[in-house]
Amino acid sequence: MTTDMSDRSLVELRPAQATPSSPEQGSSARAHLKVFRGDAGGPTRFDDFDVPVEEGMVVLDALHWIQGNGAPDLAVRWNCKAAKCGSCSAEVNGRPRLTCKTRLSDFDLDEPITVEPMRAFPLVRDLVTDVSWNYEVNKSIQPFTPPADVAQADWRWQQEDIERVQEYRKCIECFLCQDVCHVLRNHETEKPFMGPRFLVRAAGLEMHPMDQADRRGYLKDTGNIGYCNITKCCTEVCPEHIKITDNAIIPLKERVADEFYDPIQWAWRKLRGRSDATTTRASLPVLQHGAASAAKPMAGAKGALPTPPARTAPEPKQPARPSDAGDETPSEG
Amino acid sequence: MVLAPDALDQIESHAVDVLVVGAGGAGLRAAIEAQAAGAKVGLVCKSLLGKAHTVMAEGGVAAALAHVDPDDSWQTHFRDTMVGGKLLNNPRMAQLHAMEAPDRVRELELWGAVFDRTRDGRILQRPFGGHSHPRLAHVGDRTGLEMIRTLQDRAVASSVDVFMEATITRIITGSAGVAGAFGYWRTTGAPVVFPAKAVVLATGGIGKAYTITSNSWEYSGDGHALAYDAGAELIDMEFVQFHPTGMVWPPGVKGLLVTEAVRGEGGILRNKDGERFMWKYLPEDRRDEYAATDEEAARWVTSQSQGQVTDARRPPELSTRDNVSRAIYTEVREGRGTPHGGVYLDISYLPAEHVRRKLPSMFDQFKELADVDITKGPMEVGPTTHYVMGGVRVDAETGASTVPGLFAAGEVAGGMHGANRLGGNSLSDLLVFGARTGAAAAAHASERKAVPYADPVQLREGARELAEPLDRGAGEDPYVLQRDLQDVMQRLVGIYRVEADLQEAISELARLRGRSSSLAVGGGRAFNPGWNLVYELRNLLTVSEAITRSALQRNESRGAHSRIDYPETDQAGWGDRNSVVRRRPDGSMEVTTTPLPPMPDELRALLGGAH
Repeated sequence: MTTDMSDRSLVELRPAQATPSSPEQGSSARAHLKVFRGDAGGPTRFDDFDVPVEEGMVVLDALHWIQGNGAPDLAVRWNCKAAKCGSCSAEVNGRPRLTCKTRLSDFDLDEPITVEPMRAFPLVRDLVTDVSWNYEVNKSIQPFTPPADVAQADWRWQQEDIERVQEYRKCIECFLCQDVCHVLRNHETEKPFMGPRFLVRAAGLEMHPMDQADRRGYLKDTGNIGYCNITKCCTEVCPEHIKITDNAIIPLKERVADEFYDPIQWAWRKLRGRSDATTTRASLPVLQHGAASAAKPMAGAKGALPTPPARTAPEPKQPARPSDAGDETPSEG
Repeated sequence: MVLAPDALDQIESHAVDVLVVGAGGAGLRAAIEAQAAGAKVGLVCKSLLGKAHTVMAEGGVAAALAHVDPDDSWQTHFRDTMVGGKLLNNPRMAQLHAMEAPDRVRELELWGAVFDRTRDGRILQRPFGGHSHPRLAHVGDRTGLEMIRTLQDRAVASSVDVFMEATITRIITGSAGVAGAFGYWRTTGAPVVFPAKAVVLATGGIGKAYTITSNSWEYSGDGHALAYDAGAELIDMEFVQFHPTGMVWPPGVKGLLVTEAVRGEGGILRNKDGERFMWKYLPEDRRDEYAATDEEAARWVTSQSQGQVTDARRPPELSTRDNVSRAIYTEVREGRGTPHGGVYLDISYLPAEHVRRKLPSMFDQFKELADVDITKGPMEVGPTTHYVMGGVRVDAETGASTVPGLFAAGEVAGGMHGANRLGGNSLSDLLVFGARTGAAAAAHASERKAVPYADPVQLREGARELAEPLDRGAGEDPYVLQRDLQDVMQRLVGIYRVEADLQEAISELARLRGRSSSLAVGGGRAFNPGWNLVYELRNLLTVSEAITRSALQRNESRGAHSRIDYPETDQAGWGDRNSVVRRRPDGSMEVTTTPLPPMPDELRALLGGAH
């Protein structure tokens, strides 16, 4: 690491640079944003911006205003601005959110609003993180496997029979559930954990009425479903309101338990010598530490998630905030 | 920094047979098909995989499956498409589209999609504007998400090489046509070249040329401009679809799409006086396709919500998009608009549970972004730039452009939708022509034996263009230029057009183009949105000029193109020709026309009295 975070001059808040001399909007209300800036390996800091507030404004609007008024290089990932694509994920006052549906009116505008990148993933720049690990994990899941001998035209399902699968398929891949999952966020497990997003995908495949594959061995030995200790933080942050823990993860855990820990199933498997469910696959890639944790939100920030109880791991390390960073570096979670 | 000549060998290079630019529905479908045909395929996209604009499509994919109404057929779908497009469509494209869409939709379920069901367990279909039968296969109002995820999973499972977050800034050409594409990684700013035997453009549309649009930042006309710069022809660029229902409030979401499915499920449009104004705007020659009274329209909605076939005709709100947009615009202009400058769209008279089940994301969108509960009160809506019917002139069977090795599919291709697109026809378009184009590009690549030669002169020019705005030091802010461009297009080249405005727009665009040569940004290359915008602005300027010049040339009103000074449709003068835009050798833009492709008698017969 080249960055010495103990050099306070690098990380002190800089003066607001995007305040216009004459606000265009009639509204006099202003929001004060503290926005994480910096890139992988370089010094990081918070920049302060005073943004004129319009009715109905969301955090992403404020970030766009900043880009259009003096900070055109502020890195923000976004697309649809309608909570349909899952690109604009960030941590607002410490809570993983889609910035396109986080309204400024939900905050006390007398207090600054802190916006940081997702902390579970390595930093690219400013609010953008490298989420490519997720795409690698996704590749390791056996895709939809329909029967070869039933023509699709003959597939008939009742609506109520597919509603559960449709719930899983509502996922917009914002990766907020991955970000908040303490197993991934703390980077402390021995083997990589696939995370809630991909348990949701696996559930959608396993419970699809026409799918023929068996992913239980994969879930147990490669995806390491056992690391999930059902704290439900993922469900809490899901912008699509998917009941991740109750409807996806717990049923999958039960299937895995039935297959591998039920004595009758165990004996039966021995008898028939079946191996497909227990095939050992290459392990998942390792998720690199998130650099963004160097910019810890202000203590006691409103709306911050409680630290999930850690049952399989020791107490999560509390990463240092930039102003009192000691030996923490941006690339060490 | 200008790359030294010898640094050119250090540009990261990924040679493929077929390079697909854009990973929305058309690009993914093309990549899947090309890979299945044995080509080595690279898929490059500006965003993360799965975030492309297709994800925002809501209402459904049009295909004559005839699950809800057994009377539906490809012939009827063809007719509806041609009539909706004011007969300016390429008839062969409209025919292939109508014939092949059902198989392409069914195939998605083989790949894992799960559409909503009829009572007898088949894929459910909903009614939409301009479609004679309930025709749109859908998943609530998140059909695009279902499609893109299905295609994404299929592409990944087929081992397509995906290059995420990269922008293509030029097509590399050689004596045999296309030789690849040059661009840069958005995350680092480093240049990258993809030598390729065929390039498929699947870059979507141009909505970011306007202030009020349902489109995301990605829709900057990249493929249109890349094709134009490479020497390909564009057609029908005057036809820009203004979707009738975008959100008008709050300001941050102005233009955000409100799906036509709201009207498909029975949504009623009213002005501030409570008048159901669409009754006044139905075209006389199609009046008999619509209900005669509120009572008949209500009967249609009731049957529809229960999945029953009815003899009641559809409500007036299900007129074609061009017509509904003009109606809303006129109501607002004449002083009958809502406080936020729109009209009311009301679905709250239906049972709340039904609305939430059929329109879940609309419910969330209004609840969370506008504090409106659509099960309890009306939405406020107004027109928003949504889609461009014009695009790269392609061969109907193969998607081949006029440049050898350069193909186009989806919104970036022209011809399929004529003067106005029907809702639901874009998702079927991208499946049908994505697949056809992918196959044709793979075939083209397999016939080309020579390894593509990435001409160093073009690479050097590409690298120079990348460096300029960073090296310039001081100059125009790209965000300011973008606002000014959007203002020109919104003000002067909108729903209603007139010669004086269009002339003014042409001079304004020339001035903006002048300013664009002095764009400067700071902040380096890594994930720098201001720097990225420079290349998107260049493309937006090209498509804006193409739209404006084509609109000026077509002195009639047809479909989505409405001229105040030429309010009539001039069938004799303009009914038989498409506008064509191409680049002259001196770099200036030539606008002319070409005769419509001939329509075989058997297709003409399907149009009944419509021609």
